[in-house]
Amino acid sequence: MDNIRRKIREFGMPRIIIIAFIFVILIGAMLEGQDMAALISDSLVRVGQNMILALAMLPAILVGAGLNMGLAIGIVCGLLAGLLSIQWGLMSWSGILMACLLALVFGSIVGVGYGKLLNLVRGSEMLIGNYLGSSVVYLMCMFWFAAPFTNPTIIWPMGGTGVRTTVPVSEYYEKVFNRFLAFKIGGVTIPTGLFLFVFLMCFLVYLFTKSKSGITLRVVGNNPSYAAMFGVNVNRARLIGIALSTALGSLGIVVYAQSYGFYQTYEGPLTMAFTPMAAILLGGATMRSVKIRHVIIGTFLIQTLLTTALPVSNQLFPESNLSEVFRIIISNGIILYALSQAGGNEK
Amino acid sequence: METNAVIPVLSIQNVGKAYGENWVLSDVSIDIMPGEIHAICGENGAGKSTLMNILFGMSVISDTGGYAGKIFINGEECRIASPDQAIAKGIGMVHQEFMLIPGFSASENIKLNREPLNANIVSRFLGRKLKTVDFAKINSNSKESLDKLGICMDETQMVDTLPVGYMQFVEIAREIDKENMKVLILDEPTAVLTESEAEIVLKVVKRLSSIGISVLLITHRINDIMEIADKVTILRDGRNVKTMPVSETSPGEIAQLMVGRELDLNTIQKRIVPIGEEVAMSLRNFIVHMPGEMVRGIDLDVRRGEILGIGGLAGQGKVGIANGIMGIFPTEGEAIVFGKPLKLNSSKASMNAKLAFVSEDRRRMGFAPDLSIALNIAAPAMFNYNQFFRRILFFEQIDEKGIDAVARQYIEEFQIKCTGPQQPVGTLSGGNQQKVCIASVLMLRPDILLVSEPTRGIDVGAKNMVLNTITKINRELGVTVIFTSSELAELRQVCDRIAIIADGQISDILPADADSEVIGVAMSGKRR
Repeated sequence: MDNIRRKIREFGMPRIIIIAFIFVILIGAMLEGQDMAALISDSLVRVGQNMILALAMLPAILVGAGLNMGLAIGIVCGLLAGLLSIQWGLMSWSGILMACLLALVFGSIVGVGYGKLLNLVRGSEMLIGNYLGSSVVYLMCMFWFAAPFTNPTIIWPMGGTGVRTTVPVSEYYEKVFNRFLAFKIGGVTIPTGLFLFVFLMCFLVYLFTKSKSGITLRVVGNNPSYAAMFGVNVNRARLIGIALSTALGSLGIVVYAQSYGFYQTYEGPLTMAFTPMAAILLGGATMRSVKIRHVIIGTFLIQTLLTTALPVSNQLFPESNLSEVFRIIISNGIILYALSQAGGNEK
Repeated sequence: METNAVIPVLSIQNVGKAYGENWVLSDVSIDIMPGEIHAICGENGAGKSTLMNILFGMSVISDTGGYAGKIFINGEECRIASPDQAIAKGIGMVHQEFMLIPGFSASENIKLNREPLNANIVSRFLGRKLKTVDFAKINSNSKESLDKLGICMDETQMVDTLPVGYMQFVEIAREIDKENMKVLILDEPTAVLTESEAEIVLKVVKRLSSIGISVLLITHRINDIMEIADKVTILRDGRNVKTMPVSETSPGEIAQLMVGRELDLNTIQKRIVPIGEEVAMSLRNFIVHMPGEMVRGIDLDVRRGEILGIGGLAGQGKVGIANGIMGIFPTEGEAIVFGKPLKLNSSKASMNAKLAFVSEDRRRMGFAPDLSIALNIAAPAMFNYNQFFRRILFFEQIDEKGIDAVARQYIEEFQIKCTGPQQPVGTLSGGNQQKVCIASVLMLRPDILLVSEPTRGIDVGAKNMVLNTITKINRELGVTVIFTSSELAELRQVCDRIAIIADGQISDILPADADSEVIGVAMSGKRR
């Protein structure tokens, strides 16, 4: 009995609350007569398409830089990589793989620069990251506006130059991952390829955290002075963590877009960082301890919640955008709650 | 005044304080008469600061279950629950770390939150908080207080531009500016001052007593006590060893009482590896810019296989030496380790030279608080020797089992009290944290081990454990040890020679069995 109680305590109240809430919503959906199979299929896809973005939060927390508020920096790298692959007319697997590869390259390079900046502002990474993220997004708005892309899918249909606000990937590599080895059980579609890829990434990052570099990052994140005393190059370790975070953010948006169907340019990346943050915090990560399972559990919970809550609340409050308001309140509320928890365990 | 002379202004009776099971102060009784300068001295951990915290009603005391015993002020019993109450009862305190607002002038600091106010139109309607501050009066009042102290300074100067000694005066002036000030507690008032500044502070303290304010002087410095105190109380291990008039004692006696019992260290083994003639480390004109612990150019040779003690008073620079050698604070000069010059200002180079360091700043430098005992013990060896990794296909992975086994071994050997190797180190008690630090350093198999204040703030059991371990690796493996400590008893017990540091320089190098008085003299900076 005690054992069970301890297990429950370890699992944590926030997660139990959210699971209970999801159950309530699912029961509601059933009562409303919604298509449950479609609802669950949607949820699975959303979980897969968002998980790498949440995974991107992990290395930054690991090195003690907190949540990567500047995830948008990684995301614009991914957008650029994706648009380039479309510009070159690469289809299907070659298109998505090229996009992924470029995203990782751009993300790493830019991430090193971002990391160098964050090393200068140690202690206020989250604040600076937030400002820098927004600045980069707006800077890139100018770039999208003037970028010399020529593929008609990318540029505005009339007018000739400049990138559209949403660039469809439907003709190129939409749902390549999702469809790979996909199968149906009782009306529920399992996006096998998407999950394989996403879990492979999680596994690679897991291996990384258990490697020498990973351990170094963890120790640096927990106590930089201690690590420095034993001859660790603290700034370099932080650079690795932040660059990895940025690269994963960059990869994340490519995976997101192939499933979602569009690259969202201009102000699109601005709010992209919030849901992954909420996810990893909801999964149980704190600023002082983060594990892969926090990423996986958190993404499952928050994406299922958001996906199922939308149609249910839409039905309850028809013809209003209350459902969207509801979604925003929940995801930001969870960030607030989890952040207050992260700082409140000192006593 | 005649009647007051019989009633002590402050009387502490059988006061005690326990943190959990650990009694840090027990059954202490002290009477302080009006106008008396009463010194309280003792080693680190003797209970001085706890006593002070009780008197000033600091929240660490009430948060951890209050204190035992009684306190009387002017013969009236009272329980002091907060600093506000302490101030209201006429107790003032000057902390070791200055509590001044840098961007304010001296006079503004002195009158802080007690500013003289003038009514204006707005305040008439909206209350006292909006009254105008009378700056002219602030300055004149402050001037009075400073004059009372016999100090001539510009009261309008910003405090951050003042020399350290003057900051001390501003603090004292602020305290005596409070109208009913009866007892002023001074915590190590001369620790961070130069000799000439210290002299003025002592003069000021004397002046305070001449205007009827009692002073409770907490200090390490025996010279200060001899110079100005009327009575001295010596604390050791939380007990009042002796209270006596200063006129009836000598510096030697005070030092002896402070150090007191020898640690009941297990019999120190004979050396398996004898002390060699070879020099393990030599420092030449070694300068370390460590704030508060400046090392101002020392020459020192450490022989292979010896335990060299570094002693001295707080703030004199003894702690700076090891920090400089390990590349933690900016360092100049020359260091040679086993014949090879050591690259300074690089922790990596120091690690490569097979030096290892147990820092005096355990909280900040000792361990990673949220990581497990196992990982903390293994991390230094992982960083420097690539130990505890195994290859799985192409990936080099941490060897969790290996780490776990080593951690279990040390938990057993050092009797680390914990739930298991996975418990985060931050949740252990101080003594057990220190054991983890030492274990992690031993994993490096150093040639030269530097340990600074290894027993600070830990209980007697852990203390013995730590000291035994240090002597053991010295005796059995011939590891050279540089042992920095403020506790003389410890230095005597463990070391072969003791270098005494005063004012950032070596004032003497003495054998471990040197007379307390001789050591005391060396600590005060006088050279033989």
